[in-house]
Amino acid sequence: MSSEMANAATEVAHEAAHTSGEYIKHHLQNLTYGQLSDGTWGVAHSAAEAKAMGFWALNLDTLIMSFLLGAIFLFVFRRVATTMVTGVPSSLQNFCEWAIEFVDTSVRGSFTAKNNMVAPLALTIFFWVFLMNLMDLIPIDWVPLLMTSLGVPFFKVVPSTDPNATFGMAIGVFLLVLFYSVKMKGFGGFMGELTLQPFGKWGMPVNFLLEGVNLIAKPISLALRLFGNMYAGEMIFILIALMGGAWAGFSLGGITLFGSQILLSLGWGIFHILIVTLQAFIFMTLTVVYLDMAHQEHH
Amino acid sequence: MNINATLLAQLIMFALFVWFCMKFVWTPIVAALDERKKQIADGLADAERAKQDLELASRRSAEILREAKEKAGEIIGNSEKRASEIVEESKTQAKVEGDRIIAGAKAEIDQEVFRAKEQLRTQVSSIALAGAGKILGREIDAKAHNDLLDKLVAEI
Repeated sequence: MSSEMANAATEVAHEAAHTSGEYIKHHLQNLTYGQLSDGTWGVAHSAAEAKAMGFWALNLDTLIMSFLLGAIFLFVFRRVATTMVTGVPSSLQNFCEWAIEFVDTSVRGSFTAKNNMVAPLALTIFFWVFLMNLMDLIPIDWVPLLMTSLGVPFFKVVPSTDPNATFGMAIGVFLLVLFYSVKMKGFGGFMGELTLQPFGKWGMPVNFLLEGVNLIAKPISLALRLFGNMYAGEMIFILIALMGGAWAGFSLGGITLFGSQILLSLGWGIFHILIVTLQAFIFMTLTVVYLDMAHQEHH
Repeated sequence: MNINATLLAQLIMFALFVWFCMKFVWTPIVAALDERKKQIADGLADAERAKQDLELASRRSAEILREAKEKAGEIIGNSEKRASEIVEESKTQAKVEGDRIIAGAKAEIDQEVFRAKEQLRTQVSSIALAGAGKILGREIDAKAHNDLLDKLVAEI
């Protein structure tokens, strides 16, 4: 994962950030746009400034990256869809067809009701999340370094390490779950499902508490699982990058650290390919399962 | 790491992406896939039908061939029979003809012989008559001795 580059970048970042703690914080800070303390609107230049902006602020890096990645995904698939031939397919078309068949089979496997929205939803989730996660494999210092040289103070390149992105999706899924629960079972039916089990009508408060937690846990676990995995992965990449950052001339320790960084970032990067794909797949599958449960008449 | 309005923006973006994917990506691609599935199924069915047709045709051609062979054999047999018949017929005909010719020739010979005999007889009788006349020294009246002559002629 181009450790030399990361290494060099680490040193540069060190000049700016001085300590490991500041380096890590710098890497974990989103580019936030909002109202500054002096009343003007602009980009926050420190974590404290970003925090002070409150709810009505936007993480520009998350928005830009996730929009770009989603647009790339849709652009490629849309191009295939418009140039689709029923005869012998091109390799890109082949790939898209494979992806669609894959998603379709996995949706058919876990979604029993009939809903034309679920499969495209699953496809979007899989590729969007996959691409967002994949940004984790870009050497962690490249983009922040580039952005710093352009005068942009922060830039987190992996949108799925921003809880806003994962919660945004998870809440979208949750709203769909609520919508289809009410649509399929009626408001009364849905309420009944929430309050009349598992203990019958005399245990209504307990039932509601249990089922409520059960319901709320779905989007939260969905969002936090993805966020947690990606955030932790990013964190480990940062820590690995710090090893080379401790470079202080040709000493035994320095060379060992430098070699370790190369080996570890390579190993972790390869392992991360698995996590990147797996998390996208899990998010997709759980979404389908939750929607399937929303469509089921009984648990 | 702050939760802020990015969440709402991401939610809206997500909804738009899903909508776009459903409307402009999934539907046309799946339609095309179904279309191809249908084409392949049709193609396979056609191939199956063609195979059946081929089998039928080959069975039919084999039958026709067999029939033709049979017919040819029959024709050859017939013609051989006919040929031997013709040979046989011509043989008998030739024989009959030959017999006829022989019989005719025989009859002619007989006739010739008879005629020669007759001629000879008349000549003999006239010679005899002339001889007798000479012997007797006078002419024999042929009329008067006609019955005698006839008797003589018959005897010869």
